[in-house]
Amino acid sequence: MDRSRLRRVSPNEWRIDPLGAMRVPAVIFADAALIDGMDDKVAEQICNVACLPGIVEAAYALPDAHWGYGFPIGGVAAFDAAADGVICAGGVGFDISCGVRTLLTGLTRADIEPQKLALADSLFRQVPAGLGSRGKLDLEPAEMDAMLHGGAGWAVERGYGSAEDLPLVEEGGVMAGALASAVSDKAKTRQRQEMGTLGSGNHYLEVQEIVEVTDPAAAAVFGLRLGAIVVSIHCGSRGLGHQIATDYQREMAIAMPQLGITVPDLDLACAPIRSELGARYLGAMRAAINCALANRQIITELTRRVFKHYFPREKLDLLFDVSHNTCKQETHRVAGRARDLFVHRKGATRAFGPGHGELPPELWKVGQPVFIGGSMGTRSAIMMGIGDGEERAFASACHGAGRQLSRHQALKRWHGRQVVDDLAAAGVIIRSPSPRGVAEEAPGAYKDIGAVVEAAHAAGLARKVAMLAPVVCIKG
Amino acid sequence: MTEEQAVQFPHGADIGVRGTGATRAAAFAQAAAALAASVVEPATVSPIEVVSITCSAPDDRLLLCDWLNAVIYEMAVRRMVFRRFEVSLQGQSLEGRAWGEAIDPARHAPAVEPKGATMSGLKVAQARDGTWVAECIVDV
Repeated sequence: MDRSRLRRVSPNEWRIDPLGAMRVPAVIFADAALIDGMDDKVAEQICNVACLPGIVEAAYALPDAHWGYGFPIGGVAAFDAAADGVICAGGVGFDISCGVRTLLTGLTRADIEPQKLALADSLFRQVPAGLGSRGKLDLEPAEMDAMLHGGAGWAVERGYGSAEDLPLVEEGGVMAGALASAVSDKAKTRQRQEMGTLGSGNHYLEVQEIVEVTDPAAAAVFGLRLGAIVVSIHCGSRGLGHQIATDYQREMAIAMPQLGITVPDLDLACAPIRSELGARYLGAMRAAINCALANRQIITELTRRVFKHYFPREKLDLLFDVSHNTCKQETHRVAGRARDLFVHRKGATRAFGPGHGELPPELWKVGQPVFIGGSMGTRSAIMMGIGDGEERAFASACHGAGRQLSRHQALKRWHGRQVVDDLAAAGVIIRSPSPRGVAEEAPGAYKDIGAVVEAAHAAGLARKVAMLAPVVCIKG
Repeated sequence: MTEEQAVQFPHGADIGVRGTGATRAAAFAQAAAALAASVVEPATVSPIEVVSITCSAPDDRLLLCDWLNAVIYEMAVRRMVFRRFEVSLQGQSLEGRAWGEAIDPARHAPAVEPKGATMSGLKVAQARDGTWVAECIVDV
């Protein structure tokens, strides 16, 4: 990224003051090396976000930010409905409520190692992954609507997991305000057989070893021990979310002239939060959040059943479930005043600090777990929200390493079979229906996650807790 | 004679698709072929089943977006992969046909699942030599 437009306000914070149609500054959290490696499009896109009506304080890009559409991936912006603020489908993204949940085990690497291949094969058989895969459920219309209103709670009622899981899911597992009636028949048709599926691209189910603990006290509260095995599931609202985004982005793009809104990029198509269209999208988007929560709950149960076969005493308790493509209504203090805001996080994780009322009591002492996903051969990180993180980016932290090479470039550089073989030699077992998909997601296609984690920590967005290394990875 | 081409181009985490042809309709068909090729190697797909698709939009760019989204929708709900496309246009109304077959993950080894056509990079234009270009970024 060209630094000439940026004003460095601290070692990990860069600012672009309002210019032209920008209503607020744009702020990028990153160290100098990450800034130098970022595409100029990130600055362009975050400045475009700063032009949207009703935006509050600033438009933020996080250390893993990369070129997206409309918002950059790793973008955060909050809007005030009372100040004609907007809701933007492109500010949430296509994979609504894509997120990560992590399950705890009492196992160590030594326990897993003899069963690793069989475990990988069983997980690959039992958890549908990749294009064209179907889940075991086929949702009739009434059941679809029940799922869209009930989220992870709906899945628990049908035997997927336990009620003890729900407090450890954002929103208690059920997003309030969902409107199944605002979801198109096309979206529901697309989802009918996709419940309990991982999807493809960067989605995964990964068995991981805790290889580093940097905050032992927080790790103890989270139930993380050095050398222990955890399981992380990364996926979202599948076809339903994709179709809702498609439907509403189009409708907003066509409606904007009548709504009196102009945007610098059509992927920022939006509607006032207090308009009929804005309210309808909000209801549909919340229904998609419930779909994602239900999806990860079902996959959790499928995973538990596989582990139970090999390790009968393992329960795989849920550590936490966080979404990273959402718009949530939250109260934040801005200039000393509490304001009711609609916080868009696209490729960004909510990171509430200790004692926050949205967290379950067992996490009050520390803060919300923040999961930062790696890519097959690279480490993942667990961080936690911090008290004064609320002052930065509306309590948000990054969600992944962020790509440094396009899929196109990755395909030219790696072959899927070779990536699988190389990782196997390094002790990481990959199972995927798609060698080409593996090549596109090769670990080298992503930025150094360590640098992203360090920058998030140093910027005060979240605090480091532990690092995880992959052992088995199921890729879509 | 203008050569018809279906091309993918890099775009960060996503994929750019570009179709070119002698007519707007041919460019739209080739953009869909580029989209289909981002999912599977075209040579592995037998064009044994045809799916009809219709859509309409207020302008060319939204029509391209709608067309590609309609193809993505048919891939998803029919669990099909496609190889060849035909498009006819009447103003801003499109009638298309897509040839392909049911997906066989072992044989087709699909790479990515397209989520939707985005609007940022939409382009429908005619070059000075008369060639039509239809271009879009697809979220995968």
